[in-house]
Amino acid sequence: MDLAALLALNVINGAASLFLLCLGLAIIFGMMRIINLAHGEFVMLGAYAAVLSANAGVNIWIAMLVVAPLFVGLVGLLVERCLVRFLYGRLVDSMLATWGLSLLIIGIVTTIFGNTMQGVPTPLGGFSIGDYRTSWYTLFLLAVAIVMMAIVYAVLRYTRYGLIARAVMQNPDMAAVLGVNPTHVYMATFSLGAAVTGLAGGVLAPVSGITPVMGGAYVAKAFITVVGGGAAIISGTLSASGLFGFVNQLGAYFTTPVYGEVILFLSAIVLIRLLPQGISGRFFKGTV
Amino acid sequence: MSDTAKLSVQIAAVLVACIAVALMPGYVDLFQLMQFTLFASMAVLALSLGFIWGFGGILCFGQTAFFGLGAYAYAVAAINFGDSTPAILMAIIVPSLFALALGYFVFYGRISDVYLGVITLTVTLILFNVFNSTAGDEYTIGVARLGGFNGMPAVPTFNMPFDPSGILFPEHSWYVTGGVLIAVYVGLRLLLRSRFGRVAVAVRENETRAALLGYDPRVVKLWVFVLGGAIAGLAGALYVNWGAFVGPTIFALSLSAEIIIWICIGGLGTLIGPVVGCFLIQYLVSQIGSQQSFNSNLILGAILVVFVVLLPKGLVPTLRNLILSGWHLVGDARRKGAEAKRNDLAAGQPVGAE
Repeated sequence: MDLAALLALNVINGAASLFLLCLGLAIIFGMMRIINLAHGEFVMLGAYAAVLSANAGVNIWIAMLVVAPLFVGLVGLLVERCLVRFLYGRLVDSMLATWGLSLLIIGIVTTIFGNTMQGVPTPLGGFSIGDYRTSWYTLFLLAVAIVMMAIVYAVLRYTRYGLIARAVMQNPDMAAVLGVNPTHVYMATFSLGAAVTGLAGGVLAPVSGITPVMGGAYVAKAFITVVGGGAAIISGTLSASGLFGFVNQLGAYFTTPVYGEVILFLSAIVLIRLLPQGISGRFFKGTV
Repeated sequence: MSDTAKLSVQIAAVLVACIAVALMPGYVDLFQLMQFTLFASMAVLALSLGFIWGFGGILCFGQTAFFGLGAYAYAVAAINFGDSTPAILMAIIVPSLFALALGYFVFYGRISDVYLGVITLTVTLILFNVFNSTAGDEYTIGVARLGGFNGMPAVPTFNMPFDPSGILFPEHSWYVTGGVLIAVYVGLRLLLRSRFGRVAVAVRENETRAALLGYDPRVVKLWVFVLGGAIAGLAGALYVNWGAFVGPTIFALSLSAEIIIWICIGGLGTLIGPVVGCFLIQYLVSQIGSQQSFNSNLILGAILVVFVVLLPKGLVPTLRNLILSGWHLVGDARRKGAEAKRNDLAAGQPVGAE
């Protein structure tokens, strides 16, 4: 019984971290049709920002929840202005250029900080379920994922910016005729996606190894989840990360963590083959 | 430039390349020769992706999957058989079969370009994870231990066909590698002039139109993909022959990225471009490695970004256009009318069909 509870907690935790990782990517890919292969490096930058500022004496919660998203949001703004805005509508070129960008960011970070980094301890401590101990931080991750989901949903669904952004994504020319400047909307959306990604990097920093190449571990997982989820940002990402997180954790429990990842990737490939439009393209049409 | 002139330039270039390969060991020292052997085996890999991406329109982000499978297949077979001849065959067959299975799944599912990239990338990561976790005695094929993260050291290198005692010297390895590079290049050139090559280019240009003309784009793409996998596997065998070692980092993302960079720089839609890009970048990276002042990722990333944004066609097509426009300036002065008419005809041809 205790074991089942622990396993359930692990599954929830896996799904929550996957959801956090994917949300920023889903915003950028789902709304702007830009494949950002530097997504993993945005996560890495968020983690670095959180750890560096925490080590410099900033309160750990502020470092994770404020500094990381702000910093990566600014980086996203810079990237959009200097690189991505030339590549709208050129899907393959955007993939290549952002891949180049990811190598560039890895190179810069390695040059400045070297190959390893002093991490931060996981805050909050742990609690017991019967014979097993686990960390409160797991539940914190879940809470952050739920809050983020609520915020992004509310912003897209109920605010004026959300309405304008969705209109621009559907038909930029029409929106421009009605007096909206699509350039500004693209800029804001990209930087919002980057900030959400930076937040994910920040809150995952205490539970992951901080190296310049840590993004590589995330980018494929995040992509396959977003593609599996389909066009709808919230419902697609939520259903796909729930499914893949479940499959991953169960696979990891019954075999090894390595095969857990392999099982995740294989099930994702099968899912894309069966539902090329993603889960939300089939089951949640027209949702946000 | 007329077709005959183009053909003679190409034949001359191949002859020059043959002579260069033959004379190279006399002019450079052993270390440099080994370096060039490595570059040439990587250039075969570059050609494989240059072919399926540039002429089949299939952007495969995980060409290293086939490269690595070829390398592992060669290593396992060579250790088991003690003879490299069947091992090289295995290095071609195993990745081809893998490409056949994956390609069937992808092309018959009509999965779009972008998702194809994501799926091939994922497959590469799966292979990396799987081979990384094969440490321990239970992961043994025949007498070959896969070795997990440590890889497989001391793999037998190439020997004379069916004569395991006649191991090739580094000079001979260079002849083999350089020769394979030229042979693959010429083979692909001939293939592109054949009926199948023209259909493949037609499918790349417009899938629907090719399908309406009675060709099945799925079959065409599948065979292009399988052929690319076979060539990448062969490159894997050449790579193992160079270093006598294979490890799971052969599936690493950085190598996949590097192949794509070679092609972007050399020029997509040409065969010589990937080879040129490969040699240039490998040389650059080896120089950066010996200087230690810059991080090679930083340089590679910057180069890729600059090329995608500013020079999306790559070096070879840009240079070729420059030379051709110069040629036309000279030609125009003399044969204005006739030449213009033929140019119009030539302009209607798809790229790469010549």
